Amino acid sequence: MEFREQQAIYLQIAEYVCEQILLKQWPLNAKVLSIRDLAVMMEVNPNTVQRAYDFLQQREIIVNKRGVGYFVAEGAIAKVIALRREQFIEHELPVFFRNVYLLKMPLEEIQARYNQFIDDNFKEK
Amino acid sequence: MIRFDNLSFGYSRNKLLYRNLNLTIKNGSIYGLLGKNGAGKSTLLKNMAGTLFPVDGNITINGMQPQKRKPSFLSGIYYIPEDVYVPALTVRKYKNLFAPFYPQFNSDSFYQYLKELEVNVDSKLNRLSFGQQKKFVIAFALACNTPVLLMDEPTNGLDIPSKSQFRKLIASVMNDDRIILISTHQVRDLENMIDNIIIVDNGDILLHEPVGNITGKLCFKTVSEIPAGANVLYQERSLHGSAIVIENTKGEDSKLNLEHLFNGIVENPSLSKKIFETA
Repeated sequence: MEFREQQAIYLQIAEYVCEQILLKQWPLNAKVLSIRDLAVMMEVNPNTVQRAYDFLQQREIIVNKRGVGYFVAEGAIAKVIALRREQFIEHELPVFFRNVYLLKMPLEEIQARYNQFIDDNFKEK
Repeated sequence: MIRFDNLSFGYSRNKLLYRNLNLTIKNGSIYGLLGKNGAGKSTLLKNMAGTLFPVDGNITINGMQPQKRKPSFLSGIYYIPEDVYVPALTVRKYKNLFAPFYPQFNSDSFYQYLKELEVNVDSKLNRLSFGQQKKFVIAFALACNTPVLLMDEPTNGLDIPSKSQFRKLIASVMNDDRIILISTHQVRDLENMIDNIIIVDNGDILLHEPVGNITGKLCFKTVSEIPAGANVLYQERSLHGSAIVIENTKGEDSKLNLEHLFNGIVENPSLSKKIFETA
């Protein structure tokens, strides 16, 4: 069994940006933090933030307007969800499945607990 | 750009530490210079700063030779030694005396950096604690805005919040034209700041690679069993199993662990050469 080590830093930064977009802290079409500002905030090399932004640009989550900066792309939320699903299926689901198997958890119980969790945390009051 | 062409150096002529060293350091990067005690890290920095001269060969920094110590060269480089020295002057007097040597010196940023590092600006410098003196010198060096900045163990003596402030400052002053070269043992302090790694041992450069190449060639992870047939550069028992550094044959993305990398490269230089030579 492999334990998942921490992700590469640039991917962790990309994940942070995605999180801000999903939480609407960084609204659609708004300017995102400059490479330098994010590097200072995260205490990382600006080149690493550049790499994260390149990755997000390639995924069409942010766009670069030359000379102005980076902006949240029009369809960013759908793209973020697609990316996160991909990563979830690849990395987190296998660990979850392994535990479900090892602990002999019936899928019905998981379903019931999932429903309860949604009720407790995400139901509109 | 910094270039070493066939540099040889020794503290005595018949006992050379470095022999025919070639090295190119490019602008726009933060280099981490790593090596065991006595490996010759500080010696290399002093050769670049012009306080030690090569026995043979050449160093050029942005087209100039350090050992000529021309004012145009000296105004473009700042070297912070591991143990800093400050005279019995106030901050203001020190600035008035030394800042004129650096044409790009920015007084506003200087006081801003001092404030961010929480250096007491009222007392004489020699009355400050070692950590405070060190932070004072770091603030001054950064405010000089030199294209080349060499630092020997900059985080030694800094308290925990100051280390974090130091990283923020470095991230904020970095740009595409600058070279920042940091020699350190405190790899955890600077792990996420460094984007190029140079490892020296016994007068030899064992590794000189951008971090992106390193994580391309090597995979850092923890496993319960070491995969069969893997080229293992380093392994260490840990709580969860074995922390390993292996050749990255499957294109996996992992987070660089500088300590493990260093141990692997120093213990196993021939394997690391083999891994990094193959394109």
